[in-house]
Amino acid sequence: MNSPLLSVDHLVKRYGDTTVVNDLSFHIEPGECLGVIGPNGAGKTTTLRMCLGLSEPGSGSIVYFDGQQMPQDVLAIKAQLGVVAQMDTLDPDFTAEENLLVFGRYFGLPDATIRERIPQLLEFAALSHKGKAKPGELSGGMKRRLSLARALINQPRLLMLDEPTTGLDPQARHLMWERLQVLLQEGKSILLTTHFMDEAERLCSRLLVLDQGRKIAEGKPRDLIAEHLEPEVVEVFGHGAVALAQEASLKALAGRVEVSGETVFFYTHDSRALMAALQAWPALRTLNRLSNLEDLFLKLTGRQIREEG
Amino acid sequence: MSQIQNNIWAAPRLSMRWWPVFLRNWLVWKKLAIPSLVGNIAEPLMWLVAFGYGLGALVGQIELGGEKVPYILYLASGSICMSAMNAATFEALYSAFSRMHVQKTWDGIMNAPVRLDDVVLAEMLWAAFKSLFTVTAILGVMLALGISHSWKLLVAWPVLLGVGITFSCMALIFNALAKGYDFFTYYFTLFLTPMMFLSGIFFPREQLPPIVRAIADWLPLSVAVDLVRPLFMDRWPDHPLRNVLVLAVFAVVSFWIALALTRKRFRS
Repeated sequence: MNSPLLSVDHLVKRYGDTTVVNDLSFHIEPGECLGVIGPNGAGKTTTLRMCLGLSEPGSGSIVYFDGQQMPQDVLAIKAQLGVVAQMDTLDPDFTAEENLLVFGRYFGLPDATIRERIPQLLEFAALSHKGKAKPGELSGGMKRRLSLARALINQPRLLMLDEPTTGLDPQARHLMWERLQVLLQEGKSILLTTHFMDEAERLCSRLLVLDQGRKIAEGKPRDLIAEHLEPEVVEVFGHGAVALAQEASLKALAGRVEVSGETVFFYTHDSRALMAALQAWPALRTLNRLSNLEDLFLKLTGRQIREEG
Repeated sequence: MSQIQNNIWAAPRLSMRWWPVFLRNWLVWKKLAIPSLVGNIAEPLMWLVAFGYGLGALVGQIELGGEKVPYILYLASGSICMSAMNAATFEALYSAFSRMHVQKTWDGIMNAPVRLDDVVLAEMLWAAFKSLFTVTAILGVMLALGISHSWKLLVAWPVLLGVGITFSCMALIFNALAKGYDFFTYYFTLFLTPMMFLSGIFFPREQLPPIVRAIADWLPLSVAVDLVRPLFMDRWPDHPLRNVLVLAVFAVVSFWIALALTRKRFRS
């Protein structure tokens, strides 16, 4: 049994009377990709900031690697950590290569070592042809990949990624996922926060669901779905669909019925019977699919919009 | 455990980690050095030529400690301090603010094993270095114009570095407080511009009303002028220890305040 790379125990953070992180405990095993998901204001970013020593915990402990504590041992921890923040902090005046060189120096690495790593990192980020380009000349996806390459300059034991694909187009997002998959196959460990359930499902070996500063679920994506949801969903929409939620014959076939706007969601173990019964309403449109992480997320955290930061 | 760090006024925790941050700024600046240098020295030289030769023709000589000196020499020896002040201030306000707030360069740096304290130290030293660079270029022109040839200018050089350090530290306080670039206008109009006129750069402080003069004598720019001007005239300054000490106190206290306010800004 390996000891965890990061263990967080009973972490609490308050701003005035508001508790933004409430008695949160979790850990990351070597080789694992832990996804932290939750609606806006769930405490994801605050948790990450505390783990990075950028914000003081109210109470609780954050222990890394070989027992180093945040924030006391912040420098020793950072030396072995790779961070990709939500906002790119690349230097606009430097080329891609210079960005890597300058960042490597912050770790106290000798120039020769950094220069040796630069071509490999650019190749990994699919940016070998862009070594002399400045961030302003790179697309959003390229900038994110350069940020990822920069976070790898110190060969970190653990990567911390805050919403690594937010704002990217599908092609760029898939390329980013593919790069992260490569890292995981190489045995790297990753903690990532995300809003995208397909990202979480694809990359994460384990998930932590936060809401209002609390952990409300934890486990492997498939296990969580199996534990909380019926295996299939039938969505019904169209004129008069909402009334079906009260239809006893249909409710009997579904484990759970949910109405959101003009759509009815039937969560079921037997979609065939349900679909057959729905033939009685030929004017309505139906979508039969497997339950996914998004359904789980919405079930656990509700459908109301969270506007606050 | 967290009490120590929670206190923004805790003693600065400085290490050699400032060096790669300083080096980063140097690398950027190297790319833009020539246009930046032209901008930095053109304005002070225009002041010098316009006032020194223009106004100097009307003023003639100025009596200083029983000695008559040409106005151009009087002005040059004071305005070099103003140049050190301005160069350091601009860098520690506008450029540091760009890196800290606009580009988020500091946030990136702090994802590496570098403390905020060292980033602030690096910015301070960088602004002081840039100011020294500007001052050196202007000194070169002054030598070429034959304004002063005293070997004591070699002593003025490190003194001017000290002036740059002091004003970098002071500017970083306002950098820490700023919400946007507009805020810096207050610092210039409320502090630097009045100081420019009260510190004996253009005319002797003896001309000021006694009560104003009593305050003006303790301004960091006055102290800098009192240290530098005699060196231009091939003399040693009066009260060098007192004046160096005043500059040092301004620098240390300002740096401490700047650091505390910057820590507060970054704490959440």
